Amino acid sequence: MVFLEFEKPLEKLYEQLEKVKEVGDDGVVDMDATIQELEGRIKQTRRDIYSNLSGWQRVQLSRHPERPYTLYYIEQMCRKFVELHGDRYYGDDKAIVGGIGNMDGQTVVIIGHQKGVNTKMRQYRNFGMANPEGYRKALRLMKLAERFGFPVISLIDTPGAFPGIEAEERGQAEAIARNLFEMAQLRVPIVCAVIGEGASGGAIGIGLGDHVMMLENTWYSVISPESCSSILWRSWDYKEKAAEALKLTAEDMHSFGIVEEIVKEPHGGAHSAPDEMAKTLKRQLKKAIAAIQEKSVDQMIEDRINKYAAIGQVTHAK
Amino acid sequence: MGWFKRLKDGIQTATRNKKEAPEGLWYKCPRCSETVTRKELRENVYKCPNCNYHERIGSQEYFDLLFDGNFEEYEADMEAVDVLQFKDLKSYKDRLKAAKKKTGLSDAIRVARGKLNRRPLIVAAMDFGFIGGSMGSVVGEKIAFAIDEARKTRTPLLIISKTGGARMMEAAFSLMQMAKTSVKLSQLAKDGVPYFSLMTDPTTGGVTASYAMLGDINLAEPEALIAFAGPRVVKETIKKELPEGFQTSEFLLEHGFLDFIVDRAELTERLSDLLHLFESAHRPN
Ligand SMILES: [Zn+2]
Repeated sequence: MVFLEFEKPLEKLYEQLEKVKEVGDDGVVDMDATIQELEGRIKQTRRDIYSNLSGWQRVQLSRHPERPYTLYYIEQMCRKFVELHGDRYYGDDKAIVGGIGNMDGQTVVIIGHQKGVNTKMRQYRNFGMANPEGYRKALRLMKLAERFGFPVISLIDTPGAFPGIEAEERGQAEAIARNLFEMAQLRVPIVCAVIGEGASGGAIGIGLGDHVMMLENTWYSVISPESCSSILWRSWDYKEKAAEALKLTAEDMHSFGIVEEIVKEPHGGAHSAPDEMAKTLKRQLKKAIAAIQEKSVDQMIEDRINKYAAIGQVTHAK
Repeated sequence: MGWFKRLKDGIQTATRNKKEAPEGLWYKCPRCSETVTRKELRENVYKCPNCNYHERIGSQEYFDLLFDGNFEEYEADMEAVDVLQFKDLKSYKDRLKAAKKKTGLSDAIRVARGKLNRRPLIVAAMDFGFIGGSMGSVVGEKIAFAIDEARKTRTPLLIISKTGGARMMEAAFSLMQMAKTSVKLSQLAKDGVPYFSLMTDPTTGGVTASYAMLGDINLAEPEALIAFAGPRVVKETIKKELPEGFQTSEFLLEHGFLDFIVDRAELTERLSDLLHLFESAHRPN
């Protein structure tokens, strides 16, 4: 188990529990009561920590190395899934995956950012930072979904679109812009879920939809707290402050009306009970898709466009 | 659409007095260090007469250039709201106040309708001087307004981008303007009303990754910086020197993201050609 800084009290309790269990296993002393007491305290401590998380703590949770990623959710949610590759122009991006699957009898197209599960895979997945071909692959699959009337599910988890030379050469900006433009008019339901990090253009590049949900311990903003700190505070040391200022939690985003739904995570975060998390996510995705499918296609697109057109607050001086 | 039909509610008459730069004041080219008078610079459409460096200019200069100073401005009094009560080393409120005072503008974009060589055109032009030309709710809302106006009157739209990207102090609201402007442009495209995107120095970040790249015609001024991630960020990421001419207009043209590069002296003429050619544009069936 990996414990984050603010989970230290939990780590201590778990250590104690391990020791007590060892003693109990010797069979000399009955430790059952102590074990029960410790488990109770772990539960309570976890609840205390998790019911009062700061923005920065949620950012840390969203990046937890044991957090489930897109392919895990796909595996859990779909009985059958065929991964599809390539953008048909340049290559196959490893930081955005996608394919066609069956979710309780309904064929869906799922796209999503993919981070690596270990050091080697993190490199392979480019830390979830897509190149233009990733966005173009996603668009190709969305167009495929449209052609055959399949709903689109988009899972968002990225620290940003990759800022490299080749990415710029191949039109990172154009790829993201094109996706936004095309997703606006896509004639099938699009349901998006932020499952980890929702950083900037790299996130919204596959994040425009009829219904957007955020898992409880995720963040979504125009910039990461670290970069925001370095630009506005001119130092990397103000990430906690930046995280608060950006108001980037699911709760904030929901209160602004920018996302439609917050999806509860198990106490201890998605990684503490990933299978439970996947079940919850699947249930909410299905519910959202069903609600959109109640509408006519034209109505769906009109509502989608009106929703985004309404985001923003301005005033008139006079 | 007739030129006179635009006189209705919601349109403000441009009352801004043209701020004439005091004559006799000198301008020193930041590139070749040649010194000319402000008057000479203006007469050369704000380009260095020696090296053709395109000086960064604002909405007023573009409106004057394209419309010969005769235009109607929309939503001139629209201003930003500090929804998040954002505060870093300065508060967003103070930044806004300072930017207004410094520039005399209400935000980083202005929208106007006028005629370019007798053909109607709606122009949304960004002002870099206002918090780095950053895109917040006002920029998104004014662009949405310009698009609706263009759709209603079937008037071609030109957006002149000049921006550092998103306005951090509006966080998620700023990010969502990428989506907002793009969904609105999808409506314009569906209606078959042409949209020309002119990228000028600099055009970066969320603006490049939304409306700037979505023109039916993408054009740029020479040697402008056009990027998604700025050169500093790219350099920090790859830890190598950047190639010569990286992320310039010429680089983007070479890589297929621009239709052409236009010298500012020829901007009116080239746009006039486009407006002529697109005059028979109509809504596709
Ligand atoms: Zn010069």
